[in-house]
Amino acid sequence: MMSKINFLRPDKDNLNTFLYLGSFLFFISVLDVFFNSFFSLNLTGFLPGFLSFLFPLILGFIGLYFIRIEFSGIKQLDLLNKHINTNNFNALLSLLIIFVIIKSIPPILSWFVIDASFAGDTKDVCTGSGACWTYIKVWMRRFMYGMYPNAEQWRINLSFIALVLMGSVGYFATDRFKKYLTLYYVVIYPLIAFLFIFFFISGGPVFFDFSYGIIAAILSIIIGFFIPAKYKFYYFLIVPLALYITLKYFIFFEEYIELGKLDGLNWVETGAWGGLSLTFIISFFCLIFCFPIGMAFALGRRSNFPLIRYISVGFIEFWRGVPLITVLFMSAVMFPMFLPEDFFIDKLVRAIIAISLFEAAYVAEVIRGGLQALPRGQYEAAKSLGMGYWKMHIFVILPQALKLVIPGIANTFLALVKDTPLIFVVGLLEIVGMLNLAKTNPEWLGFAMEGYVFAAIIFWIICYAMSKYSYNLEQKYKTDR
Amino acid sequence: MNFKLKDILPQLITVTAVVLVFGFFTYNAQINMENRGIDFGYGFLSQESSFDVQFSLIEYDGSHSYFRAYLVGLLNTILVSVIGIIIATILGVIVGVARLSPNYLINKFAAFYVEFFRNIPLLLQIFFWYFAALRALPLPQDAEAMFGVFFLTIKGLYVPAFIWQNFNVFFYSILAAIIAIIVIRIQAKRVQENQGKQIPVFLISIGLIFILPLLSFLIGGVSLSFEVPVLKQLATTSFIYDGGVSLPPELIALTLSLSLYTATFIAECVRAGIQGVGKGQKEAAASIGLTPNQVLKLVIMPQALRIIIPPTTNQYLNLTKNSSLAAAIAYPDLVLVFAGTALMQTGKAIEIVSITMFTYLTLSISISLLMNWYNKKIAIQEK
Repeated sequence: MMSKINFLRPDKDNLNTFLYLGSFLFFISVLDVFFNSFFSLNLTGFLPGFLSFLFPLILGFIGLYFIRIEFSGIKQLDLLNKHINTNNFNALLSLLIIFVIIKSIPPILSWFVIDASFAGDTKDVCTGSGACWTYIKVWMRRFMYGMYPNAEQWRINLSFIALVLMGSVGYFATDRFKKYLTLYYVVIYPLIAFLFIFFFISGGPVFFDFSYGIIAAILSIIIGFFIPAKYKFYYFLIVPLALYITLKYFIFFEEYIELGKLDGLNWVETGAWGGLSLTFIISFFCLIFCFPIGMAFALGRRSNFPLIRYISVGFIEFWRGVPLITVLFMSAVMFPMFLPEDFFIDKLVRAIIAISLFEAAYVAEVIRGGLQALPRGQYEAAKSLGMGYWKMHIFVILPQALKLVIPGIANTFLALVKDTPLIFVVGLLEIVGMLNLAKTNPEWLGFAMEGYVFAAIIFWIICYAMSKYSYNLEQKYKTDR
Repeated sequence: MNFKLKDILPQLITVTAVVLVFGFFTYNAQINMENRGIDFGYGFLSQESSFDVQFSLIEYDGSHSYFRAYLVGLLNTILVSVIGIIIATILGVIVGVARLSPNYLINKFAAFYVEFFRNIPLLLQIFFWYFAALRALPLPQDAEAMFGVFFLTIKGLYVPAFIWQNFNVFFYSILAAIIAIIVIRIQAKRVQENQGKQIPVFLISIGLIFILPLLSFLIGGVSLSFEVPVLKQLATTSFIYDGGVSLPPELIALTLSLSLYTATFIAECVRAGIQGVGKGQKEAAASIGLTPNQVLKLVIMPQALRIIIPPTTNQYLNLTKNSSLAAAIAYPDLVLVFAGTALMQTGKAIEIVSITMFTYLTLSISISLLMNWYNKKIAIQEK
């Protein structure tokens, strides 16, 4: 009896026996699953049903048990044991995962590639059991540009290429211009981006009230550089609003816009925008707007003035407590009630404002975390140099705090990109909305799966790239303290 | 107190601006409502709603009030959130622990799961499960039974219903068992602290929780039978299952996607929590002779939980808020029933949207208060 147990316990002395026996059993088990899944051959068909099903598992388990020899001296074997074969439980799980992977490769491969249809441009070619990529091919323009007229789509492409090129200026800037980069990215770049969207993509007077706001804000920021620090705060409280009102009611800006319209560009209303390009437009603008708003409320929440603090806390907690879908509902049905009747705001702009405010609350909390993590010494040192509130924050506190919260900010922006499909609530159709529209088309019924898989791949690539990029940024800006 | 203009002015300006903006909104709202002939008020809540809801936990039809429709929506939201939270927690803990496994395959599998599911928008996942995956299920007449009693069909999942007799006796027996276990635990702790004796609390607890309900079956007159769903023909090609409980596909798609999505975030919280406990803690615990189970239960978990709970609470909140995406696949939750159908019928945009938002705010704040209380309870008690 005793010798039998000893015989079954793998040890170093009988290394070869156990190694060959174990590897053989393991190999057989994998081979069985492999044949079963790739060639639908059932090698163990002669066994009763239930046993035949579990046969490879049992065989592989015994095999792995035999090769589990501690410190065998063979490097590969030790590595294998350490990584997938530490004990019975782990061996079983490893086997299960290996089998699941082998089992799932053929159906996935055949659905995606082998049985899939790529050619043609009608539904008739999709007769196989695989995916119908023809559907994606035919609907590609709709998925990318929504209902935007085909003839005008170069405008979207041109705008995006231009924005990407101008966005990459930072990489090529020489040291002489490096110090203006912040100004460029915070003020000039958004302005250019806005103008591109305004003139090229819309081609007409879409963003009226919105444009007043933008232009008022940018003008006041530029003038603000020449205002003495002492009055800056009061300046920024009064002038932007005053400028906005002046622009809207006293200077008949609309006429200039009409004049400034580029000839030969048809106006495309925002209802026709859609697809992946709309996802980008919304993410881009919300990203630009939610950051300064969030920063303002983060500072407000840490302010020494109790009233400002309470207002900031109320704002942040309100937006964080409600789901985005109700915020969009509010922007769609409730917000128009709060405005004068002649005061028209486009629904895309309403959606952008709603999402920006919503995400701003999250950005505010992330930035507050960074502000709290800074040691008091930083504040005290800055104050002892005679810096005022704004100088201290702009030159000492915020650069350090923002560096600390890069991962958090990136996560918030990721959430923003993933939240964009929700704009279906206000009737705008970005890529997921277009998919839902396309799948109800009577000529193309029954291809919901392909559409969703396609969109999932696109979103996955975008989000994964963003998260990896933020990880790199985090590593780059990591400073030891 | 020395009031300075410099301290007062910024606050004054901010408050004035906020008041002005709100005043502007209110003024416009009044004018707009006057123009459209809508009057403000919550009186509509008691009016007859005259619309139907497909899936409801409480008795409801068109003759009930709008308030009852609100309750139906709220209960459906809570149902999805609670099921989702439970599944997401279980899955998240398993995946989070798996990510720390020394087993390379398990580790990579868990990492793949996390990276895959959290980088795809939740709405897309809901649509995928509802419009693509669940639509591929068989029709009721073609469905095969799982374990003989469950039927997964395109019209939903049919499970057997429990039919209890003297359910309250059974309920009280479980209640009694739980109270007895708590008493025994407290007693055992006292005995251990005073005399150093260990009482096998776990075995006693297991015994109690089985034996007391069993007794209720044997002598309390409790009996349980199952009502298995049976296929019923409505028309020549239309079949449904009768009897049992039916879970609509909307509910299945929603809970599935919500829990798969949220589990990835919970898994990351769990991983960070366990990694956050210093290695020295484990080694110190092992060196004073604790068994691996005791190390986990008495040393690692209490410390890891302290790191895990705050971010996990956030995820629970997110799940509850994300459950509002139900409206996209017509699961009758609060947003669809109340902010959708009821709003369309009454046109009372301000009232209904504000009630809906207030409800979510209350839900969020109550969950975070509950979790704060728990967090405080397990926080380090410094003497």
